[in-house]
Amino acid sequence: MLKQIEGSHAMAEAIALCRPEVVCAYPITPQTHIVEGLGELVKKGDLVNCEYINVESEFAALSVAIGASAAGARAYTATASQGLLFMMEAVYNASGLGLPIVMTLGNRAIGAPINIWNDHSDAMSVRDSGWLQLFAETNQEAVDLHIQAFKIAEELSMPVMVCVDGFILTHAMERIDLPDQATVDAYLPPYDPVQVLDPASPISIGAMVGPDAFTEVRFLAHYKQTQALGLIPELAREFAERFGREAGGLLRSYRSEDADLVVVAMGSVCGTIKDTIDEMRDDGIRIGLVTIVSFRPFPVEALRFALAGARDVIIVEKSIAVGMGGQLADNVGAALRNLPRPPRLHSAVAGLGGRPITRASLHQLFRQATVQPWEGTHFLDLNERVVGREIHRKRKSRRSGPTAENILRQLAIASGLPAAE
Amino acid sequence: MTHPVATLAPEDAVQKLKYYQKGTFTVGNRLVAEAERSVQASRDRSNALTCGHRACQGCGEALGARYAIDAAMRATNNSLIAVNATGCLEVFTTPYPETSWQLPWLHSLFGNAAAVATGVAAAMRVKKRNEVRVIAQGGDGGTTDIGFQCLSGMFERNDDVLYICYDNEGYMNTGVQRSSATPPAARTATTPAVGPEPGNVFGTGKSVPRIAVAHNIPYVATATVADLHDLERKVTRAMGIHGARYIQIDVPCPLGWGAASQDTIRLARLAVECGLYPIFEAEHGKVTAVRKIRRQVPVTEYLKLQRRFAHLFKGDHEDPRVARLQAICDANIADYGLVDAASEDA
Amino acid sequence: MFQVRIHGRGGQGVVTGAEMLSIAAFFEGRHAQAFPSFGSERTGAPVVAFCRIADREIRLREPVLDPDCLIVQDATLFKVVDVFAGLRNDGHLLVNSNKSFAELRIGEAVNRLPKGHAVIVPATEFALKHVGRPVPNAALLGAFAALTQFVHIDSVKRAIEEAFPGKVGAANIAAAMEAYAFVLSQQQAASAA
Repeated sequence: MLKQIEGSHAMAEAIALCRPEVVCAYPITPQTHIVEGLGELVKKGDLVNCEYINVESEFAALSVAIGASAAGARAYTATASQGLLFMMEAVYNASGLGLPIVMTLGNRAIGAPINIWNDHSDAMSVRDSGWLQLFAETNQEAVDLHIQAFKIAEELSMPVMVCVDGFILTHAMERIDLPDQATVDAYLPPYDPVQVLDPASPISIGAMVGPDAFTEVRFLAHYKQTQALGLIPELAREFAERFGREAGGLLRSYRSEDADLVVVAMGSVCGTIKDTIDEMRDDGIRIGLVTIVSFRPFPVEALRFALAGARDVIIVEKSIAVGMGGQLADNVGAALRNLPRPPRLHSAVAGLGGRPITRASLHQLFRQATVQPWEGTHFLDLNERVVGREIHRKRKSRRSGPTAENILRQLAIASGLPAAE
Repeated sequence: MTHPVATLAPEDAVQKLKYYQKGTFTVGNRLVAEAERSVQASRDRSNALTCGHRACQGCGEALGARYAIDAAMRATNNSLIAVNATGCLEVFTTPYPETSWQLPWLHSLFGNAAAVATGVAAAMRVKKRNEVRVIAQGGDGGTTDIGFQCLSGMFERNDDVLYICYDNEGYMNTGVQRSSATPPAARTATTPAVGPEPGNVFGTGKSVPRIAVAHNIPYVATATVADLHDLERKVTRAMGIHGARYIQIDVPCPLGWGAASQDTIRLARLAVECGLYPIFEAEHGKVTAVRKIRRQVPVTEYLKLQRRFAHLFKGDHEDPRVARLQAICDANIADYGLVDAASEDA
Repeated sequence: MFQVRIHGRGGQGVVTGAEMLSIAAFFEGRHAQAFPSFGSERTGAPVVAFCRIADREIRLREPVLDPDCLIVQDATLFKVVDVFAGLRNDGHLLVNSNKSFAELRIGEAVNRLPKGHAVIVPATEFALKHVGRPVPNAALLGAFAALTQFVHIDSVKRAIEEAFPGKVGAANIAAAMEAYAFVLSQQQAASAA
């Protein structure tokens, strides 16, 4: 049914349709509306057979989900940024134990400095954990990916993280088609655990594994994600058949078949990029886009196939591995090496801490890539004057003060507003 | 002086037998009525923690866990799931690839046993398997320190979980480091017996049982491996209650405390009898019962058996901190009313 | 695609206004995207919300940089925020105030726009009169419908009802209707002049 609805509320309704049995709620901007929405559905009696638990921290949230999942219940929680870091130990524990928990990550920057706005640094911080990571481009896809996520997780017996851009998707109201219960039920059967705590058939879960077996256990986790490379497209196909629209999969291409220059990106920025591409195509530039949906497992083969014909590839991403560069660029580079004629790679970092990514800036970036290519990582829309001043200040004096505050003061002075004392 | 047999009254002619064992703490006692026998005395016990585990000789925790879990199994008709924190118990019961647990058992992390147990209990509720009950268990490190946040959360929500803390007063599995349950003056690897104030510092530490009582949860109890009947009784009572429950068991650690492995139960008894480890029960924020001290002993009798307190007894005069420890005992005795004015022998 | 940018202060219902507009467009079978500028929430602080309306899927996710219509819910913002940034030369301007453009000292910006594209509406007055609270967003939507003719007033009424059921909704609708009639009569007077 078509609704004009806030992204997070749509997600809550979609998750409710998946019949979660245990939902753990701890608030953190920007996902809070999702768990609030679920809480309301439970309290009103719209979502039945669901235990909704208000926990005391994100660490507790995922831990409760771990217990519930190990005991055979379909478990769900949501977090972002600092909350994800706080539950980090449990994140690795959940994937190490192979529990099919689904978690929404309302992508938000990680501090310090504290920042509540969108970027992908939180998702990047757990990319090695063994969780599958799927990135939604639109709120419609966010809804659809949650439904697919439960199925993928339970078939694979591995936890899945659905990444949705904080504020940009979570707090946007748009037209979304919410499926009906019957279609979801037909797609997603009740949870049938691979392992379960049951007095009728006791097992011990969570033993220590020593040097003699740890490698094999980790190999099998890696192998599972390899299997996911086949499972994800298969379940996306089944989704399309049942629900009548495309969503999910490993990646998708937009006008890239004959493109010399292909942009690679994830999440909501892809919408803006598509508009930019259309404008540049009108100017005769052969440019296209590959949207990566499944970041983990990383779709190496599919990406090589999608980019094989490109001369230049620009990776635009909302995170940076400090001291190294963009993580997505790094992964794309690794996927493309050993191609007979690998495209030239250009790495751009944009939208950090919620800075808007505009068509104007993208136009400039995409043109610059071929005309004036750069080395290393390019920070889109970097205020070089401010940065230069701060570097100079630090050189001049040892007690130069906190960097973030200095920059904010500079910006306040520049905008003519009174600087905070 | 004996009377001639012919002049004895009939009732005097029969020697009365006194069964000494009936009134003792012996747990294998088959002279008591069946209902009063310990769970461990029964061949039908679930043996949920079975033999073959790798605990140290004289491990108080293994002893306590065996009694506690089998009592819980009997109370729940073997419908029990256990969630274990990282620690000694988890490590010595599941040496890969073996396990000594004969009930469904989950080990997640060090600090989240209470939260994981909450999740298991929620799953049982949603699956409408109300007969299945949940126990979370861990050592003092995983309970009073790193597990404290999750524990308090579980208490506050009144989740249907019994949390059992096996208190051996330190992080033993990692080499005897200090926890917030380590008594003052005790030597550990992180409170070494050197410098002007050797051993653990006075004025630190927390009583999680008292904090549990402050959460107003349905049932809180401390227990000891010196009174295993009492431990079983408390676990059984706890399993008859729904909601958040906490039992903390004093379990001496021969290795960590520097005590002889055969002294485990003796030490546990001395800890009770000197007043350092009050044994009590509480419900909804109020203490409801205490275990009276039969014969109060000075704290030195307890301390002298443990090398972790040896530095208090070097030199000619007694370290003044012994008196401070005695003062703690005296305060406990006063607070809990552990000694009656005219104390009787049991 | 039609882009609207709404400026106001926290507590004035700026975000709800953008959402109601998107709902009105939805009822007409169109695609609409409404979102706030995601600042820290603080009553009284400047707030911006956006609404895009189109007949096909809206893919763009940047803030509205070149609005077709600018709605200013609080006239004190002119001194504080560059409200007019990016306003298209053929764009519309809707200001909530009792004063005139000259008194507000924005005559220059107004004159750049085509005749009849800029209007002042005492929306807070209408809100106080009908709803009893100084929240002008519903009234401004009625004014928007009249000014731009981009959404039908009936859709606006349905959207207000959707956001505020019952008596509160009816009161807001009344405020919107009065603002609608006000702007229509202004435009008739202007074209007659």
